[in-house]
Amino acid sequence: MSQESLVEIRNLNFTYDSRPVLTGINMTIPRGKVVAVMGISGCGKTTTLRLIGGQLKPTSGEVRVGGQVVHELDSDGLYALRRRMGMLFQFGALFTDMSVYDNIAFQMREHTDLPETMIRDLVLMKLHAVGLRGAHDLMPTELSGGMARRVALARAIALDPMLIMYDEPFAGLDPISLSIVGELIRKLTDALGASSIVVTHDVQESLRIVDYVYFVSEGKIVAEGTAEEMKRSTVPYVHQFIWGEADGPVPFQYPARPYGEELMERAARRG
Amino acid sequence: MDNGLTRALRGLGQRVTSRIWRLGYASRFFLAIMLHSGTSLRRVYLTIREIYFTGVLSLIIILVSGLFVGMVLGLQGYDTLARYGSTEALGVLVALSLVRELGPVVAALLFASRAGSAITAEIGMMKATEQLSAMEMMAVDPIARVVAPRFWGGVISMPLLAALFSATGVFGGYLIGVQLIGVDEGSFWSQMQASVDFRQDVLNGVIKSFVFGIIVSWVAVFEGYDAVPTAEGVSGATTRTVVTSSLAILAADFILTAFMFTGT
Repeated sequence: MSQESLVEIRNLNFTYDSRPVLTGINMTIPRGKVVAVMGISGCGKTTTLRLIGGQLKPTSGEVRVGGQVVHELDSDGLYALRRRMGMLFQFGALFTDMSVYDNIAFQMREHTDLPETMIRDLVLMKLHAVGLRGAHDLMPTELSGGMARRVALARAIALDPMLIMYDEPFAGLDPISLSIVGELIRKLTDALGASSIVVTHDVQESLRIVDYVYFVSEGKIVAEGTAEEMKRSTVPYVHQFIWGEADGPVPFQYPARPYGEELMERAARRG
Repeated sequence: MDNGLTRALRGLGQRVTSRIWRLGYASRFFLAIMLHSGTSLRRVYLTIREIYFTGVLSLIIILVSGLFVGMVLGLQGYDTLARYGSTEALGVLVALSLVRELGPVVAALLFASRAGSAITAEIGMMKATEQLSAMEMMAVDPIARVVAPRFWGGVISMPLLAALFSATGVFGGYLIGVQLIGVDEGSFWSQMQASVDFRQDVLNGVIKSFVFGIIVSWVAVFEGYDAVPTAEGVSGATTRTVVTSSLAILAADFILTAFMFTGT
């Protein structure tokens, strides 16, 4: 494994209930870079993140993070690895029974013996980085969607991870919050010297901030390259996706029996 | 060949195996709770917090119900005992019914619907909003951090609540029997003191409520953890918690009573 790449995915296959979700995935996430995994909903993007985080085991192939094969680790090794990963969940997944402050202090209290004064300084620092130092007393239910996402981001970087994963960080955000979160992903990755994997279907924002893009369709990588290369891509799927066309290689119709046949059948049953 | 019959049989078989499978899963989950209980014991404040939520917040319903059950026992017991001219035994009747049966059982049933359902709904919602998954990704085991403290909180609260239920019940019986109807106060208390055996009656009642506490807490945390992560799934799990744990309490009560109170 080269020194530059933090995550290496080789020939990864994953089947769920004998339905193939991912087939033959190869990806490389270099250190210090922001990489996007794009595709329509349900194409296996989130599954990829769960395989990297060790929440799922691959059917075949392997995921290496920092040189370690994730699915071969025992639970202690996996937990040790996860301490160096941060993850931003789709809707934040903040602990609703804790304040913003306690949410961010959670991992520090669980994994370190830092004194409370030190934790306080760290928490305020993380919150300051996402511009929400003033909100540390609030409960998650009192936050707007964009604020919750930023708090979740602060929580994901609480222990200065080497790898940050984002599951649909832009979903359901207003345009202002959206570009704030986008800016933060780029800035925090650079400031921490970490690597980021952004799973998203938001084209405009992510192409602005990422270094490299993988396009996934039906569990396979159909295209990859830098943001500029993707914009110029002639792969029909990528073209349809980036320019948001309703019909193309991804059909408008969900697979079904021929329309005429279905109509006739009902007519016949009615007599 | 009757296709409907084979289909019905197959459906029945599948139901049975899936129930058994689920029971096995629940048992393994119980084992996992035991293995990961270290955190709840080492960081006692986690468990104390849950004792507050499940135990202290259930106090009102337990105390009020206990008082009323005791008062009803006072009325009914007096009415029955008066036919045999032994109304001075009212204290014994009230105390034995409460300590042996009604205290543990009714308190457990109330506890299942008040606290058990709340535990299931909370854990189920945490699962639905990916909080458990997030915790796993933060290298914190949700069974150790979320499930085990709630389990032990319930197990510790249950015998205490049952004891308080019985105590207020005895007081309710005293209010009705002695203060209202006019049974002799001296014989009410002294007969109770003479006939209620600490080991045979009180201790067995405590053992019962301890077992019920394990049942309710186990069912509640399991249903929450196993809930389908949607609004519908969580509501179904909450219902199952109340139904399953209530039936299990009654079944366990029968078995325990059969062992404890025969031939004496």
